[in-house]
Amino acid sequence: MDFGGINPVILLASLMVASTPILLAALGEMVTEKSGVLNLGVEGMMITGAVCGFIAAVETGSPTLGFVAAAIGGMALSMLFGLLTQVFLTTQVPAGLALTLMGTGLASLLGQNYVGIKPPSLPDLHVPLLQDIPFIGPVVFQHDAVVYLSLFAVVAVWAFLKYTRAGLVLRAVGENHAAAHALGYKVKLVRFAAIGFGGAMAGLGGAYISLVRVPQWTDGITAGIGWIALAIVVFASWRAGRVLIGAYLFGGITVLQLNLQAAGAKVPVELLSMSPFLATIVVLVVISARRHGGTNAPAMLGRIFHTS
Amino acid sequence: MTELLKVVGLTREYPGVRANDDVSFSIGTGEVHALLGENGAGKSTLVKMIYGLEKPDAGFMKLRGGSYTPANPQAARAAGVAMVFQHFSLFEALNVAENVALGMENPPKMRELAASIRQVSENYGLPLDPDRIVGDLSAGERQRVEIIRCLLQDPKLLIMDEPTSVLTPQEVEILFKTLRKLQSEGTSILYISHKLEEIRALCDEATILRLGKVVGECDPKTTTARDMAEMMVGQTLHVPSRESSEAGEMLLEVKDLDFAPANPFGTRLKNVSLKLRAGEILGIGGVAGNGQDELLSVLSGEARTDKGAITFDGQDVSALGPNARRRIGLLTAPEERLGHAAAPNMSLTENAALTATIRKKLSKNNFLNWKKTESFAREVIKAFDVRTPGPASAARSLSGGNLQKFVIGREVLQDPKVFVVNQPTWGVDASAAADIRQALLDLAAGGAGVIVISQDLDELMEISDHFAALNEGTLTAPRKAKGLTVDEIGLMMGGAHDLEAAQ
Repeated sequence: MDFGGINPVILLASLMVASTPILLAALGEMVTEKSGVLNLGVEGMMITGAVCGFIAAVETGSPTLGFVAAAIGGMALSMLFGLLTQVFLTTQVPAGLALTLMGTGLASLLGQNYVGIKPPSLPDLHVPLLQDIPFIGPVVFQHDAVVYLSLFAVVAVWAFLKYTRAGLVLRAVGENHAAAHALGYKVKLVRFAAIGFGGAMAGLGGAYISLVRVPQWTDGITAGIGWIALAIVVFASWRAGRVLIGAYLFGGITVLQLNLQAAGAKVPVELLSMSPFLATIVVLVVISARRHGGTNAPAMLGRIFHTS
Repeated sequence: MTELLKVVGLTREYPGVRANDDVSFSIGTGEVHALLGENGAGKSTLVKMIYGLEKPDAGFMKLRGGSYTPANPQAARAAGVAMVFQHFSLFEALNVAENVALGMENPPKMRELAASIRQVSENYGLPLDPDRIVGDLSAGERQRVEIIRCLLQDPKLLIMDEPTSVLTPQEVEILFKTLRKLQSEGTSILYISHKLEEIRALCDEATILRLGKVVGECDPKTTTARDMAEMMVGQTLHVPSRESSEAGEMLLEVKDLDFAPANPFGTRLKNVSLKLRAGEILGIGGVAGNGQDELLSVLSGEARTDKGAITFDGQDVSALGPNARRRIGLLTAPEERLGHAAAPNMSLTENAALTATIRKKLSKNNFLNWKKTESFAREVIKAFDVRTPGPASAARSLSGGNLQKFVIGREVLQDPKVFVVNQPTWGVDASAAADIRQALLDLAAGGAGVIVISQDLDELMEISDHFAALNEGTLTAPRKAKGLTVDEIGLMMGGAHDLEAAQ
């Protein structure tokens, strides 16, 4: 079942692995943005999560503790962003950019002594019975827990925003912070929580790269994935389901073009490297252009809230 | 009548101002109590304290005899105090039921909530579909959402902050019916407004505030509107006057204009035609959001239209931008003062340069002459009595009324041939409003054509020669303003937006 040296089962299975970090980070950023905060520091929080997770996993020998440490690391960095933008009322765009620059540097510093070490590996969870289904089994049901967790997170985030009161309040804060304040909701608290969730998810995404996808530590390991996650949130019109589509599409074409390169396809390498970005943008633009009117962006996105 | 709320000696100080100074009054059960006062008199601060958004520095409140110190709006709502805000506290991207749920402590399940919204809204003659997105509703319908949100919590005291400023006369009548029904059920209402005739029609008691202090109480049913206005202002009111002049040559003509705005929540202009002659004031009424902003933007040149749609002084100006239109004498002043008419963080001098550079020749070889600009800014400040330390002050530091006088004066002193203004006196106190109206009348008397877009019908009736109304993007044929009745105006404004069936 090979097409030009590419095995579709392996291709699809590795698609899910390649997409998971983007999916986690993008979901977190989507929740942050739904509360009206634009955090451009996703890349910085991811790489901080990647290094924290890597160090914790190597030192304790437990990948699970690694992921916990990654979430805490990402969240800690996002709290710095929260402090700047919610307490000191700095503008969100430069604060987010600063977070990325700082996170990248911090990760380099922390990771200096961990280059070239192999981290403990995360066991795959083979879902009983389902994993024996031909083709679908090996593609979908033989992954590690974090892949399933990320898929569960898509549903959880969607249901949280649509059906729970806390989700409604979060959307309300992102839609009109002055009105939410007038009704007695704590705008800053809600935003801190959303920023923290975004940081933790970005940290998890980063650790998935350093512990599973690569798995080792090198400087700049996230290689721009955080920026892709940011773009996917926008092109997905702030909808969890479309974030999933966008992340898998990007991950899928990344894997495909790598395989094509390896198989020696007669297409310039530069074009192949470009293709995931192009395809993701085209597809998501087409999806969101179909819906009539409006981009669905939270109305308060990036706006500073003064209590007065 | 038993006493529901008693306010004693409330004082609240902000840096530099004492917004409320020893304010006392009381509201009886089932009483409609009016709170009167100009902008800046301290009405908003007072109700914010009653609703738990602010804490008083001194004084206390009693509700049904017990001490009442709401720490936040939730506590106020739990005690039976509900509020309908002046600037709607609604969320445009959410639907009606979600908006209502956000204003409740323990909302029921969405399906039950939707059912009770339908039921309560029909009981009170304010039909509302719980599944509609608020961004698509008219201003009157949005207000219904706020009122229903309050009613579902069975309030003892309902605070209404300027509730009629966005309604058609028919909608006002329906609102009053609802309020009277509530009153008959024993709900007290604290009604804030500066529309005196409404207060005379609706309220049992009135407390009048000036500069943070209670300056009088009266029974509005027996006091004349003029007396109340003079109590509010603290001086004799000056009524604008005009010499009636003969209409001159045709200045501006809009023909069959169709225009779709870029903003998805905007209103499409359909087949709009109008004619404006020299020396004429055309008043355009209508409820907010029926195409006012769009009409202003096509006349100012911010938005371009089809060829031949707009003719100015015999010349097709449809393709010209704002500066080209200014050059030939077509000037405009938009509704939003901060951010549209003026740049908030720039000084008055800089703001003067923004629109007056061309007509006042404030630049040479593209370099601004700051001296000349500053003296023009001073001229505006002097001629329009703008209260500010000087032309170097930032626009945002001026109060709404003063900034409005500045942005209107800046255009008027450029000697326009046609001047289009949207909401010239919105949020401006009575004496400043009279000055602005007088300036518009003088402009027309000097031979310019003036278009005034406004939601204040009294204002339009006072100054315009002809009246037309915008309704969902179409403009009615203009009629002579003199002798128009309220009913005729209401019909021109599109009636009560499908409300009549519900009565």
